[in-house]
Amino acid sequence: MTLTIRPVSAGSGIAGNRLPRGTVWIVLGASLALSLALFGLLAAADGSAYNLVGAVLVGAVLHLVISTGISGAVEGRRQAIDRLVTGLVTGSFLIAMVPLVSVAWTVIANGVARFDVEFFTSSMRNVTGEGGGALHAMIGTLLITLAATVISVPLGLLTSIYLVEYGRGRLAKLITFLVDVMTGIPSIVAGLFAYAVFALIFGPGVRMGIIGAVSLSVLMIPVVVRSSEEMLRLVPNELREASYALGVPKWLTIMKVVLPTSIAGITTGVVLAIARVIGETAPLLITAGYTASMNYNLFHDRMQSLPVFVYRQYADQGNPISAFLERAWAGALVLILIVMALNLIARLVAKYFAPKSGR
Amino acid sequence: MTASPKPILSRGDRVFSRSALFAGSMILLTLAAVAIFLIVESVPAFFADSTTASILPSNFWTYVWPLVFGTIWAAVLALLISLPLAIGIALFISHYAPRRLSSVLGYIVDLLAAVPSVVFGLWGIGVLAPAVQPVYAWFNENLGLIPLFAGEVSATGKTILTAAMVLAVMVLPIMTAICREVFLQAPVLHEEAALALGATRWEMIRLAVLPFGRPGIVSAAMLGLGRALGETMAVAMVLSATGVVSFRLLTSENPSTIAANIALQFPEAYGKNINVLLATGLILFIVTFLVNAIARWIVSRRAQFSGAN
Repeated sequence: MTLTIRPVSAGSGIAGNRLPRGTVWIVLGASLALSLALFGLLAAADGSAYNLVGAVLVGAVLHLVISTGISGAVEGRRQAIDRLVTGLVTGSFLIAMVPLVSVAWTVIANGVARFDVEFFTSSMRNVTGEGGGALHAMIGTLLITLAATVISVPLGLLTSIYLVEYGRGRLAKLITFLVDVMTGIPSIVAGLFAYAVFALIFGPGVRMGIIGAVSLSVLMIPVVVRSSEEMLRLVPNELREASYALGVPKWLTIMKVVLPTSIAGITTGVVLAIARVIGETAPLLITAGYTASMNYNLFHDRMQSLPVFVYRQYADQGNPISAFLERAWAGALVLILIVMALNLIARLVAKYFAPKSGR
Repeated sequence: MTASPKPILSRGDRVFSRSALFAGSMILLTLAAVAIFLIVESVPAFFADSTTASILPSNFWTYVWPLVFGTIWAAVLALLISLPLAIGIALFISHYAPRRLSSVLGYIVDLLAAVPSVVFGLWGIGVLAPAVQPVYAWFNENLGLIPLFAGEVSATGKTILTAAMVLAVMVLPIMTAICREVFLQAPVLHEEAALALGATRWEMIRLAVLPFGRPGIVSAAMLGLGRALGETMAVAMVLSATGVVSFRLLTSENPSTIAANIALQFPEAYGKNINVLLATGLILFIVTFLVNAIARWIVSRRAQFSGAN
């Protein structure tokens, strides 16, 4: 906190000397061009491939150094540091965009090769090389996620109703705290838990779709609780009081007034929760196992799911390797498309079914 | 919501309030059950040795120590990479980007959270590891005297540093979200006062925003740490693990992590080996529970914010 603010030097305007507008952009363009040219020369010199990422990185660093230097000389140290931090902050955002764009690009580029009809209409039964598909995995993902939703939505919704409408005192506080902590349970621990419970009943080595569903609901319940709690708290108290004043009992008030008002938000939360667990691999790998065949029965035998399918295609490569990798990438593409679609649905629901607010 | 005189409860009311209470208690029960079942199933592992459980080299603790080390080491590395980035991104969204863009930018960062971990695993092996391998080779060649970069450089790039980078990308969204939230809550009056006194934007942030947001940053770091500790598939796929205890970043001999080890070993495990893996899971559960509880405790003193929304 030892910030000394220098008096503005006389005769240079109220804010001191300033660089002309656009200087930073000119420096950025110049240093990028310089770096690109330099890397071009390097690539031409030893015939190696052009290193675009390296060129841009070096250009960005060059820009930071030069613009800070110029600013320090003209505007003084404080302005120079300000410009440096602005550059660093913007740079960190751009760095975060690199993996996002790169993931999207690689998944699409590698995934389209097997994004065909056969992929969606056949299982991996009796497939050893090329061909085959992920229908069994998609059915498995659908059934397991559906079961997890059926378990977690009533539980999560009722819990949030308890927290908002009934809960007072210690128990409610404890539940809120534990729900928060539960959001941080590692997915693999949830899988181990579900396995441990069922192993006690059915004996060790048990693998069933429903165990996967239970482990997913351990991950899903806290998300549902938090989001619906938030939505229920948004319902104005006046609505509840008006209903009580008309002599409506509390439970009917909740059913007929509170829930319909917040249903759009709750639906959004549930869809987002589904989107979050549908990509879980680890718990399903150790609870539902993997198989090459169709299995429509949640309560009997191993069940493939899409994330596990992707993992197994990568981990257990056969001959030819490319067939397995292409299936893995196609599975990843389908998975990402599903998650994106769920996110989009959630946003649309939130947008179009939200109650008309008075404001 | 309002305190009312003791009402006469109809049957519907009683059924409804009880089922709500029941559901709330189920959360407590579930957490307790997670702990109890894991403990019950783990107890045999603590007394197992290589004759009863084939994956143990000698006893349980010599098996679990490199895993615990690897878990913490990978998570700390991930945190070192992601925390400065997360603070930078959060500041960019909250104080640098145009206000109209900020929600869109936040949404874009959140998109990273929507990518399933197995896809990050594929990306880590297929794209990231080959891309960073030449950089590793350069570091190893020129800075090999520093112990961190010493040893024989990995030819595939599947090292603990690569795994930590993937982890860092995966924990970025939640850390950014929390930092952004607290930075946006910084009192506007303080910010304007700083600016009015002639502070530059960075000085304003240093004087008004960062001191206010410090608890948020700490809890974001803890939550990110919790996520990174428990993340499974990306590490299982990216890391080539040999079970050594080593701080070297660039070699192909790396410690594994608890979660990744479970995912890799569990499908083929039998007999006591299953108990051993469950016991490592119990250790992971305890560590992440503590980390998360501390993070929640810190954040609950300051703001109503949770990673679930």
